[in-house]
Amino acid sequence: MTLVGLAQIALVFALVLAAALPLGRYIAALFSDNPSEGLRFVAPVESALYRAAGVDPAREQDWLAYTLAMLAFSASGFVSLYAILRTQAWLPWNPRGFDNVPPDLAFNTAISFLTNTNWQAYSGETTMSHFSQMAGLAVHNFLSAATGIALALAVTRAFVRSSAATLGNFWVDMVRATLFLLLPLSFVVALAFVALGTPQTFAGAVDAATLEGAKQTIAIGPMASQEAIKQIGTNGGGFFNANSAHPFENPNAVSNALQIWAMLVVSTALPIAFGRMVGLPRQGYALLAAMGVLLIAGVLVVYGAETAGNPLFAQFGVDPAMGNMEGKEVRFGQAMSAMFVAVTTGLSCGAVNAMHAALTPLGGFVPLFLIQLGEVLPGGVGSGLYGMIVFAILSVFVAGLMVGRTPEFLGKKIEAREMKLAMLAILILPLVILGFSAVAAMLPAALASLANAGPHGLSEILYAYSSAAGNNGSAFAGLNANTPWFNVTTGIAMALGRFAYVVPVMAMAGSLVGKTRAAQSAGTFPTDGPLFVGLLVGVIVILGGLQFFPALALGPIVEQVLMLAGKTF
Amino acid sequence: MPRHIRPAIVLLAALTAITGVAYPLAVAGVAEVAFPAQANGSLILRGGKIVGSSLIGQNFASPRYFHGRPSATSAPDPADSSKTIDAPYNAANSSGANLGPTSQKLIDRVRGDAEAWRATAGPGSIPADAVTTSASGLDPDITPQNAGAQAAAIARARGLTEERLRALIAAQTERPLFGILGEPRVNVLGINLALDQLGSD
Repeated sequence: MTLVGLAQIALVFALVLAAALPLGRYIAALFSDNPSEGLRFVAPVESALYRAAGVDPAREQDWLAYTLAMLAFSASGFVSLYAILRTQAWLPWNPRGFDNVPPDLAFNTAISFLTNTNWQAYSGETTMSHFSQMAGLAVHNFLSAATGIALALAVTRAFVRSSAATLGNFWVDMVRATLFLLLPLSFVVALAFVALGTPQTFAGAVDAATLEGAKQTIAIGPMASQEAIKQIGTNGGGFFNANSAHPFENPNAVSNALQIWAMLVVSTALPIAFGRMVGLPRQGYALLAAMGVLLIAGVLVVYGAETAGNPLFAQFGVDPAMGNMEGKEVRFGQAMSAMFVAVTTGLSCGAVNAMHAALTPLGGFVPLFLIQLGEVLPGGVGSGLYGMIVFAILSVFVAGLMVGRTPEFLGKKIEAREMKLAMLAILILPLVILGFSAVAAMLPAALASLANAGPHGLSEILYAYSSAAGNNGSAFAGLNANTPWFNVTTGIAMALGRFAYVVPVMAMAGSLVGKTRAAQSAGTFPTDGPLFVGLLVGVIVILGGLQFFPALALGPIVEQVLMLAGKTF
Repeated sequence: MPRHIRPAIVLLAALTAITGVAYPLAVAGVAEVAFPAQANGSLILRGGKIVGSSLIGQNFASPRYFHGRPSATSAPDPADSSKTIDAPYNAANSSGANLGPTSQKLIDRVRGDAEAWRATAGPGSIPADAVTTSASGLDPDITPQNAGAQAAAIARARGLTEERLRALIAAQTERPLFGILGEPRVNVLGINLALDQLGSD
């Protein structure tokens, strides 16, 4: 670790906070009353969309109607994306003449982009036409993020409103999140990426004659527009296989800082918006503080582990001063690679600027564990906020047990029904991750996909299902995930991780919105101070640790010990 | 559920047109006017021919050039399309090696690269980026330490003094922005183009 490295990390976090504060206020205003003055010209487009769709924007939905609308939208997204991928050979904008995507891969990819996971079992530059990238994948980068934001707003309204029946209108929330938030932000960031070097062209490839006289085919495409929403929507599905490590996707240190900024900014702004919408800005900062403590700890552990490097290289006279450079790019260095690793997994982004499989065992443990903590640090756009609210409810319940009072969060009584639904949501993650991993670890068809033996092989499997169920999308990419077994099972894991989580959460919101919002009294446990933040951090870590520690002990933890002992596989 | 089907289909189609077609076209339109070089891949022309992109590393094997980092990219085997062969710096198929830190394959590869490095660069500790594969397989840069360690051998091969090469490395080293953001680095294609411009001593 160097001071300059730590200064880079602090600088990027500071830039995120500086932007998230006004953005949080903007989001709160956008979904409370009227869209911002500056974007008035979009309003006619918005009303035209509602007219064509037969949506009355003034008519609100209860939790069930809201959830069903979201599911109907996701289902039609799945059908259309699957159809595009299966027919891309006959569609326009296919300059390199790629074939139709095979059925199992198309199934996996469609679910992947629909659930904001962006797990990539394919390699972009050898599989996807420009049409599939733009009108297929990038569209769902927008819509899955907007869907996440809409769901978070519905859950927020469960605390804003007292004795109410409805949580808002899904169509209005989703359209506004797209048109007034994600689209303008993406447009500006996309142009910044082009200025920094990311291509935006409809050509498929350029042939160069290298200095040594060889032919180099350089794949290219409309990348900057996709790069922007991939980060802002915490999607993470790269245009190319190497994702944000590819020099076109992420040309230099400034673009790298912009990538980290862009993936953090909306998820950081949402808790601030939450605090403002419930009328208690301090509550938003308290949630943000809990996210920040764990995320910064994660960044520092990765940075420390990677600068310590791989001791097995020392025997060949490799200078240990640079740390572990395997799977990293020179232009990012250790500090900004470490920050990217922790942020992309604390969020449910999943973009990578270094290969996670090549991290030291302790460095690789962090992204795996951050995903398993439930993707709430600060989590995907929207999904991070509602996930954090579930943990907050769990924390007041624990606090309530300790002092023997009925737990309350923001004036709403938390009773048996809410607790059952919150636990139902939380248990889906260990069920899916550990269940599928256990089967895959014994199935020859799955084990044939491993690229590494020993504990690293188990980590590859564990990472695949954690990433899928947590809707992250990053990978220990030695694993050959493009097989029927992994395409189908990770597809199921992604769908369960998104929908089996959010349906109970929405049911919980439906039950909470009907309750009276009681005034705070002297006996109320304050949920906006350091005590609550500490409790919340404890609940997140202990719950995650209890669920996943035994599996982690057999993967990255034992591998770290074996590496230090000089054992290889 | 049925009453949600019309809004689902209509809004999906309309938002596909806006975010999937209009948005990338608008970005491309502005980019083509404001940043044409970057928008088309930061290509480098020499004598009217494209010799590469300043952002994409290319493979150098000749002793007269600086060498980039080891690359793990591959290409389909021309003899059997179900298999792949090593193809360093294949810019149509980016990829890292994805070998874990305790992988015997990784250790063997680093041993081989370290021996090859010693054969040309001589004794002294090896810069880590010289024997590790990059994340993309297309890393355009090496560290200044790596470039410095290659200087003597390239000077011999080209009949130049080592001082001229060290001066060239210093001139080609890109420093962090404001002294903070980024890492010192040398673009391999850039420095090799500059090498070709140098006369002999």
